[in-house]
Amino acid sequence: MKMSTRSWRLIVLVAAAVAIVAGAVALGACGSSSTSTVSTSPSPSISGFTAVPMSADTILGAGASFPAPLYMKWGSDYNGVAGVKLNYQSIGSGGGISAIESKTVDFGASDAPLKQADLEANGLVQFPMIVGGDVLVVNLKGVADGQLKLTADLVAGIYMGTVTTWNDPAIVKLNPGVKLPATKINVVHRSDSSGTTWIFTNYLTDAAGKIWTAGADKEIPWPVGVGGKGNEGVAASVQQLSGAIGYVEYAYAKQTGMTTTQLQNKDGAWVKPSIASFSSAASHADWKASLPSMYMVLVNQPGKTSWPITGASFILMQKDQADAARGKAALDFFDWAYKNGGGGATALDYVPLPAAVYDLAQKQVWPTVTASGTPVWP
Amino acid sequence: MSTVELDAQQGPGAPRGAAKAAPRGRRLGLGDPIFRGLATICGITVAVAMFGLAIVLVYDSWPAISGLGTKVITTVAWSPTEHKYGALAALAGTALSTFVAMVIAVPLALVIALLLVELVHPAVSRVVGTAIEMLAAIPSIIFGMVGIFVIVPWVQDHLVPWLTSGPLGSVPGIKPGSQFQGGGMSIFTAGVVLAFMVLPFITAVSRDVLKMVPQVTKEAGYGMGSTTWEVMRNISLRYANSGIVGAVFIGLGRALGETMAVAYLIGSVYTDIPRSLFDPGTSIASLIAQQFSEATDRIQVSALIELGLILFIITVLFQIAAQAWLRRVQRATGGRA
Amino acid sequence: MSTVVDVRRAPPRRRSIARRKATDLVIKTFSWIGAWFGIAVMAFIVYEVVRRGAGALNVAFFTQATPQDVTSNAGGFANAIVGTLAITAVAALIAIPMGFLGGVYLAEFGRNGHLATAVRMIANVVMGVPSIIVGVFAFAIIVKPFQHYSGFAGSVALAFIMLPVMARTTEDILNLVPNELRESGLAMGAPRWKVTLGVICKAARGGLITGATLAIVRVAGETAPLLFTALSSPYWMTGLFGPGGFFGGPVANLTKTIYDFSGSPYPHWQQLAWGGALVIIIAVLGMNILVRLLFQRGKQW
Repeated sequence: MKMSTRSWRLIVLVAAAVAIVAGAVALGACGSSSTSTVSTSPSPSISGFTAVPMSADTILGAGASFPAPLYMKWGSDYNGVAGVKLNYQSIGSGGGISAIESKTVDFGASDAPLKQADLEANGLVQFPMIVGGDVLVVNLKGVADGQLKLTADLVAGIYMGTVTTWNDPAIVKLNPGVKLPATKINVVHRSDSSGTTWIFTNYLTDAAGKIWTAGADKEIPWPVGVGGKGNEGVAASVQQLSGAIGYVEYAYAKQTGMTTTQLQNKDGAWVKPSIASFSSAASHADWKASLPSMYMVLVNQPGKTSWPITGASFILMQKDQADAARGKAALDFFDWAYKNGGGGATALDYVPLPAAVYDLAQKQVWPTVTASGTPVWP
Repeated sequence: MSTVELDAQQGPGAPRGAAKAAPRGRRLGLGDPIFRGLATICGITVAVAMFGLAIVLVYDSWPAISGLGTKVITTVAWSPTEHKYGALAALAGTALSTFVAMVIAVPLALVIALLLVELVHPAVSRVVGTAIEMLAAIPSIIFGMVGIFVIVPWVQDHLVPWLTSGPLGSVPGIKPGSQFQGGGMSIFTAGVVLAFMVLPFITAVSRDVLKMVPQVTKEAGYGMGSTTWEVMRNISLRYANSGIVGAVFIGLGRALGETMAVAYLIGSVYTDIPRSLFDPGTSIASLIAQQFSEATDRIQVSALIELGLILFIITVLFQIAAQAWLRRVQRATGGRA
Repeated sequence: MSTVVDVRRAPPRRRSIARRKATDLVIKTFSWIGAWFGIAVMAFIVYEVVRRGAGALNVAFFTQATPQDVTSNAGGFANAIVGTLAITAVAALIAIPMGFLGGVYLAEFGRNGHLATAVRMIANVVMGVPSIIVGVFAFAIIVKPFQHYSGFAGSVALAFIMLPVMARTTEDILNLVPNELRESGLAMGAPRWKVTLGVICKAARGGLITGATLAIVRVAGETAPLLFTALSSPYWMTGLFGPGGFFGGPVANLTKTIYDFSGSPYPHWQQLAWGGALVIIIAVLGMNILVRLLFQRGKQW
């Protein structure tokens, strides 16, 4: 039977489609080798690092947007050093918890730590990774970075909807000489389930509990305000809406040049966000007492230079790993981050935890991560 | 190689070819039944896929349906931490933003279509018509981006201050409600962007339908001394009525289900029904998009899927209504019925 | 007798003519204004994308992967573009043959039968289902059971959307082919499948290719179905299976990356997002123009 031209065209079309798919996949494979920066051979500073098995060349993590800029930077640095790719999806702490519970990721990240009961119920382990700070950002023309002063009561009032204009007498009294317009304060908060919100609302409950009555959680029924998705969305929304105020992790404000405010801490002093003020707050934490869950709240810590909205960000992993190689690959990455990630952290104004805390995590929590009974790390 | 093909190749004059000219399931080869079977299976797959979707939706939302009952539709606020899963705010936001979109898009679409059919040179009409058809293919995320970077600041900095300072500012529906945050991210902005998302489609279909109005009838109208507008109103629009309504329904369906652009622009306030066009709110689709990946509570996931089911049912109903209207057009203009 | 009637009616007719003409003029003016406004806004949207995105399209954009470092200005969209191509291609591989055969069924075999009418109506309805629901469905049937995100799940979601579009488009195109062709083919004694594939489809190939291309282009721009299926990735795919592969893990794609970057506060990322948007617009409009130019003659009968 002679093949009609139509059959030929059909064959050509199908072949072309297959070629496109194959080409895309091949390009992907080629692209991965041409875009990874440094050599893929392990560097001597990582001890005991042997050949990476095929199934562990990519680590999948998802969760908090609070530490996302740092984790992503660490990911690309680590890729250059160990050839292992970290794919971190910033979907909010709630998303991270949900993802690790449904085992669709290798680790979840959350700034709102789980309590021991929840950890046990879901077969998870938890350990801290980094410390950062929530800051208030405003979109006001004529106000310089770090110029505006706000007390906890004022912030609570703004987010409760009782303080509605920028030239409210209370704000004006606190900020003589600052050009405050008579316009409405446009409030921005998170639209997704967020550890940043958890830290922020814990602060409001702790420092302004008489005014703030909306609760402290990853997601609350906000009295007022529009929602942005992720720290990214809140920052972007504040950028787009004039007269807006929002709360974001400091890296988002610093890296985008947004206007931050001063806050009054527990000791009554006025502080600006910085590595020093975050460290001062974090130094008061008793990590040993927080074992085994390592649950820790760092808001409103004492200290003259402490930043009042400081928080730690945590990693969640499944206690029982389905694939030992992938569990080990993830913990290898965190080990590298503990030992070598400090530079990247301070570059983005995050505060690495003291070595003693990392030691605690590695000795007390990591051995409980097992695959078929044996610990996956070291 | 069947005997039949051999006959065909011998030429149309062959007596055996003529004798076998009326096939009725008496094929000597397997090609036909296989082909027909394959085609039928593929045809049914479409229906099966949809039923699969409906079944999965109902099954996964059953915990919420049985556990929460009608509370999902009667409670206003969506507040997972308080275990309140009310969709009323989302339903209201969806309805309002779609309403704004239709109010803007439908008159504009009609006017453009009328212009293209009656008032301009056919060549211009063809070029502009094709351009509009192509614009209908632009993905919604692009509308969302233009919305957030261009329209949001404009509404917040210019439109709302101008409106609220004037007499219109106290009209209920424009007067800012309790959730008002400047109006940049609001029902209005989402509705405006939605309008321009559905505008090309409604325009294209309206234009096609208006072109189908018989020239003879229009000329009869002109011959009697009617003005262009009178011909449009009394003849063209009446003829094209069903088609336009059908197109509007389809556009409405698209606006109801639009996720990405609305998620950017509507403000994501889950707790209140918007009292003003410039209040922020949420829509069902954007609520699902933003909450789905972080829902840990089984009831929460289930409630979200129930919202999806509600949206699915609403769009299905609109689609069925649209199909019914459009079939009236086919019958009226003598298409393949 | 008629003259009396005419005279009595003449004055009102003159007045009403003036009013009618005025109404006509007013409506026409509003028509022009409204039409110009509508078209101007549409043109403005395209213009904005071109203006803001043109600056982002350089060599780095098309060769480098999406950035992860918020402090640097490096990075491009290359892996996202390739990812979208791969996801869309696989979706097309699934949906186009099935959709084509389904359309053949509707046009050639089922026609006006009960089953075909039902299938037709259901296809129309499915075309209107919001794409986020399709994404939730794909999540439920692929991501959850296999416990990982994958580009393949994204392809399944897109295929679900493409299937009814392809079927209805095929049916519409095939219906345009005159019955005489079918009858003459069958009268020659050719089997049904040969008539359909060899004669009818050959005659309608222009329209069919147009329909298929437009269906592909339409789903390539979808974001919502990929939110919970293919997710996203800052890396290139590493093969087919395994956590970095097409079937094993998240795959970078254009639309989700644009959504993430445009919702971010970093100017460089926003710029990249505009570049991506421009790429989409060029692809969508370009394909539209291309298929119309190349294949539109197939439509005239």
